[in-house]
Amino acid sequence: MHILVCIKQVPDTKIIKVDPKTNTLDRRGIPAILNPYDAHAVEEAVRLKAQYGGKVSVLTMGPPQAVAAIRKCIQIGADAGYMISDRAFAGADTLATSYALTKAIEKISKQEHVDVILTGKMTIDGDTGQVGPGIARRLDIPALTFVRKVEAVNASGNEIVVERKLPDGYEVIQSAMPCLLAVEKEINEVSYSPMPNMIRAANYEPEIWTVDQLNDVDRSKLGLKGSPTVVGKMFSPPKPEGGKQLEGTPDQQVGQLVELLLKEKKELIISKGGA
Amino acid sequence: MANHKFDVIVVGAGPAGTACALTAAKAGLDVLLIERGEYPGAKNVMGGVLYRKQLEELVPEFWNEAPVERPIVEQRFWMLGEESLFDMGYKGMEWSQAPYNNFTVLRAKFDQWFAGKAMEAGAILVTETVVKECLVENGKVIGVRTDRPDGDVYADVVVLADGVNSLLGKQLGFHKELKPEEVALAAMEVLDLPAERIEDRFRLEPNQGCTVEIFGDGTKGIVGTAFLYTNKDSINIGVGTTLSGLIKSRMRPYDLLEYVKNHSMIRPYIKDAKPAEYAAHLIPEGGYNSIPKLVGNGVMVCGDAAQLVNGIHREGSNMAMTSGRLAAETICLAKQANDFSENMLDSYRKNLMNSFVGRDLEKYKNATHTFENYPQYFNEYIPFVNRAASEFFTVDGTPKRDKQKKIMSSMFEGRGKWATIQDLYRAWKVMK
Amino acid sequence: MIGEIEDYKGIWVYIEQNDQEIAGVSLELLGAGRRLADKRGVELCGVLLGHEVKSLATTLYEYGADKVYIIDDPILKNYRSETYREGFVKLVNTYKPEIVLYGATSNGKDLASAAATDLETGLTADTTMLDVNDETGLLEASRPAFGGNIMATILCKKQRPQMATVRAKVMKAIEPIKGRTGSIVEEKISMKEEDVRTKVLKVVKEVGKKVKLDEAHIIVAGGKGLKDDKGFALCHQLADVLGATVGASRDAVEAGWIDHHHQIGQTGVTVTPKIYFAIGISGAVQHVAGMQNSEYIIAINIDPNAPIFDVATYGIVGDAFTIVPKLIEQFSKVKQGGELMYG
Ligand SMILES: Cc1cc2nc3c(=O)[nH]c(=O)nc-3n(C[C@H](O)[C@H](O)[C@H](O)COP(=O)(O)OP(=O)(O)OC[C@H]3O[C@@H](n4cnc5c(N)ncnc54)[C@H](O)[C@@H]3O)c2cc1C
Ligand SMILES: Cc1cc2nc3c(=O)[nH]c(=O)nc-3n(C[C@H](O)[C@H](O)[C@H](O)COP(=O)(O)OP(=O)(O)OC[C@H]3O[C@@H](n4cnc5c(N)ncnc54)[C@H](O)[C@@H]3O)c2cc1C
Ligand SMILES: Nc1ncnc2c1ncn2[C@@H]1O[C@H](COP(=O)(O)O)[C@@H](O)[C@H]1O
Repeated sequence: MHILVCIKQVPDTKIIKVDPKTNTLDRRGIPAILNPYDAHAVEEAVRLKAQYGGKVSVLTMGPPQAVAAIRKCIQIGADAGYMISDRAFAGADTLATSYALTKAIEKISKQEHVDVILTGKMTIDGDTGQVGPGIARRLDIPALTFVRKVEAVNASGNEIVVERKLPDGYEVIQSAMPCLLAVEKEINEVSYSPMPNMIRAANYEPEIWTVDQLNDVDRSKLGLKGSPTVVGKMFSPPKPEGGKQLEGTPDQQVGQLVELLLKEKKELIISKGGA
Repeated sequence: MANHKFDVIVVGAGPAGTACALTAAKAGLDVLLIERGEYPGAKNVMGGVLYRKQLEELVPEFWNEAPVERPIVEQRFWMLGEESLFDMGYKGMEWSQAPYNNFTVLRAKFDQWFAGKAMEAGAILVTETVVKECLVENGKVIGVRTDRPDGDVYADVVVLADGVNSLLGKQLGFHKELKPEEVALAAMEVLDLPAERIEDRFRLEPNQGCTVEIFGDGTKGIVGTAFLYTNKDSINIGVGTTLSGLIKSRMRPYDLLEYVKNHSMIRPYIKDAKPAEYAAHLIPEGGYNSIPKLVGNGVMVCGDAAQLVNGIHREGSNMAMTSGRLAAETICLAKQANDFSENMLDSYRKNLMNSFVGRDLEKYKNATHTFENYPQYFNEYIPFVNRAASEFFTVDGTPKRDKQKKIMSSMFEGRGKWATIQDLYRAWKVMK
Repeated sequence: MIGEIEDYKGIWVYIEQNDQEIAGVSLELLGAGRRLADKRGVELCGVLLGHEVKSLATTLYEYGADKVYIIDDPILKNYRSETYREGFVKLVNTYKPEIVLYGATSNGKDLASAAATDLETGLTADTTMLDVNDETGLLEASRPAFGGNIMATILCKKQRPQMATVRAKVMKAIEPIKGRTGSIVEEKISMKEEDVRTKVLKVVKEVGKKVKLDEAHIIVAGGKGLKDDKGFALCHQLADVLGATVGASRDAVEAGWIDHHHQIGQTGVTVTPKIYFAIGISGAVQHVAGMQNSEYIIAINIDPNAPIFDVATYGIVGDAFTIVPKLIEQFSKVKQGGELMYG
């Protein structure tokens, strides 16, 4: 079974700062990391391989330095890495991204048929969760999003059964393969990479393709040109203006608060109004 | 999957380890460099003076590519009183152009770049991995055990460049536990400040740097020094004192650093600078006398792990690099002879001792101990120098000749003529 | 896009329903859609896919829809990407709306992403502000970007429809207008079960696990300021007296004081209770994003400069460990109808 995982290198938004005046991102010293959700996707692929046999490949679209993210995947246990890198891809929104990635996937599956594609639930920079389903549509294969568990794979019968997370529970859904799974973080814990993977990853060189090396590409669908959405303006999150500070000793503060709430929300407080 | 066998495994991607890996890889050896940090330099600290010569021997004209902060054109020495300071130093424009003299560096950046050179040369770098122990088989080190699953890796030679309190060295019995008087504890902070303001305050042109070594009140009379180094857009400030001194005076290094930062003579230089990083780190100060066993069967020790630091001049990274290079050179010969016995590897020790490293360390053999045992250098003479200067430069109508008399006599008040003369002689002896 | 931009008229809201129950977010979107439709002077339409769902149309009219498009077919009983997309995309291509809004739920996002690809049009994810520009008439969909540190307004100029998924609880539904009606348009779906590659084997509700935060009238949320799980227990005690539900900041969740289902904010649940207590919570943008639309926000924080006070209706600068026990004491008195003693 050939499992392909789409992964992206992202700025670590946990520590990214925004200049409140200019509303520009201060990327200075912000490390680029493997999108956390994608790490779980790769880990899941590696576990599926361990259980059902096969091969794990990873694919990314990004700048040359994104090789670091691919190496991280090799550490986790991926066998092969592919990368598409070209100015023509720059400025892609989710539609253009899924198009470019699809072209790369078509080329990869020509070399070695792909049975399952995994993506993360979302990226922490783009955070849309739209690229995965986009790829599935373009390849015309089923997309299973919010996957929190892979229950069973019947590789011979080309069938897979997964749990899909829903707001108030989950559903068990069966799909034909090939198909695409977008996975939740809770699907697994990324395990501590074994030494042989670390050594292999250290100087691993992925296969890197430019647009010209992809087949029948419609350039008008790439990058900025191929992106229907544009960013209008950036602004800092609206700040509702604050209300009243309750002064005085703790007892006075508490007293005032209780009084106010009783005045304004009595029915709630008296009638065990909570859910 | 079993890990394939390497020619060399180097533990620690600091100056010593990386220099070793780089040299060995250049010579075509199969090198594995293991670093516990998230990346080389992640947790490493140093005041920041990088000496040109020893790195140049490894990477010619490195200053064109390495992330150095500023070439140092001025070196100042301050003798600090409580409310005064006696300032000496040298500034020379010959240092402001290639090949330069020294540079300030930030280790987080520098170590990454340096390790990158080793990788270019073909060394394999594995980070976020801790070496737990050396694998020993009938008296010979045959590899290392890391904290990772399937984590044993094998090699002909293991080089321990794991820093000052080299746990691995201790496990092999090369080291004993460090004694308080053998190590200095240093606390330092990186303070962000815009380049222009640094240049104004230290009277520098862009891309020129200055170092200030501070003796005296900076350490409140404890044996040690404080320092103030200029980076591109930050300042490194720190203070290092012998551990024993700290223990005696019941001070924590951070208190001392705070004291330095608030000192009336220093405050103006770091005003409005924003603390970016704080670090505390040990410095080997034992010098020549506490150099441990350097080689065994299939194993060698470099850099701080071998206690190769000149406490008086705060040289360490350069000694680390040279020791790493020399170790690698010996390994190449050993490889040709396919003999990795202690005997064979011992030529590293010989070469090291004949290099500037061994020579300097021997020269300053007794320095720290002397100062340690005779605190008056720090808590009497430096205050004296300040009093003297103050006396001398204060214009109050007293003829200069009388002033000099007064100064000399006040000098001896402190300890008396004989004691003073002995002190001066002793100091001259260890420093000469 | 089929035809010209001008051909695309009207504002659509995808109506999400699970076994004949309309998702709250869909009604909220009808409210938002109504505003946009009036501004544009166009129709507001609900789009309903499912099996035996016709009866729901009336509710949609009452919540502001002028027209309802329905595809009612057994094949649509459970949501499936394949079948719903098939039907939905067909409707869009036939009736050409200028704007389509979906709730940013699991299925809403799933459908929207798939449809956007087929329609080769722009889709803005997790929108929290919606407007149409007076001159251009373009949809201005704004959303948190880069970990919520900044808002970005996304436009789709050259493609139609303009689409967005919208977070639950940020838009307001209108007060339902009894007896309000509208027109209905029915379509068929051509897809046969045997062409479908996915099967829903079972749907499991995890009532136990799910915390009804989004339905709670009072929420007592605690943060890192409560120091440890013992400190956090104060939240439970106060919640018990008030019959409230307990929420938490991410740091409190990460500290392991409470299960992640209780996390409120950008990466947790968004809530709009009548009263929200924020105890020992600093009020980082990512947290505020999830609770700022609460009717009353009460902040208890030792640091007068904590940003939480910017959003608080009533703020108490003080130590939670002294304030909260007093609150508990006072409220329990009230409950027992006992005498209040004011300090
Ligand atoms: C405050 C201060 C100021 C200084 N100022 C100067 C100066 O201005 N100029 C100068 O030349 N020297 C200076 N020094 C000395 C200099 O920093 C050291 O001599 C030099 O860093 C020694 O290099 P090293 O490679 O031997 O050790 P280190 O630089 O300490 O490197 C050791 C490396 O090994 C890694 N490691 C340790 N154990 C393990 C393990 N078990 N597994 C994997 N990895 C491991 C560590 O993470 C580290 O990266 C200063 C030191 C201090 C503390
Ligand atoms: C991409 C991203 C997504 C995120 N999503 C979320 C999210 O969904 N939800 C979320 O909550 N966070 C989220 N965060 C984290 C968020 O940025 C903050 O780190 C987090 O909300 C802080 O939690 P806190 O207020 O409990 O802790 P702190 O920020 O540490 O605040 C503790 C507060 O307690 C106060 N305090 C201390 N002692 C006392 C006392 N004795 N009495 C009263 N007050 C006291 C302090 O003054 C301080 O204001 C996200 C971050 C990122 C980068
Ligand atoms: N540039 C990219 N290269 C490869 N995979 C990507 C890229 N962008 C997004 N993805 C995949 O699509 C998923 C959803 O991303 P997003 O739609 O940006 O939230 C991610 O978790 C990745 O698996």
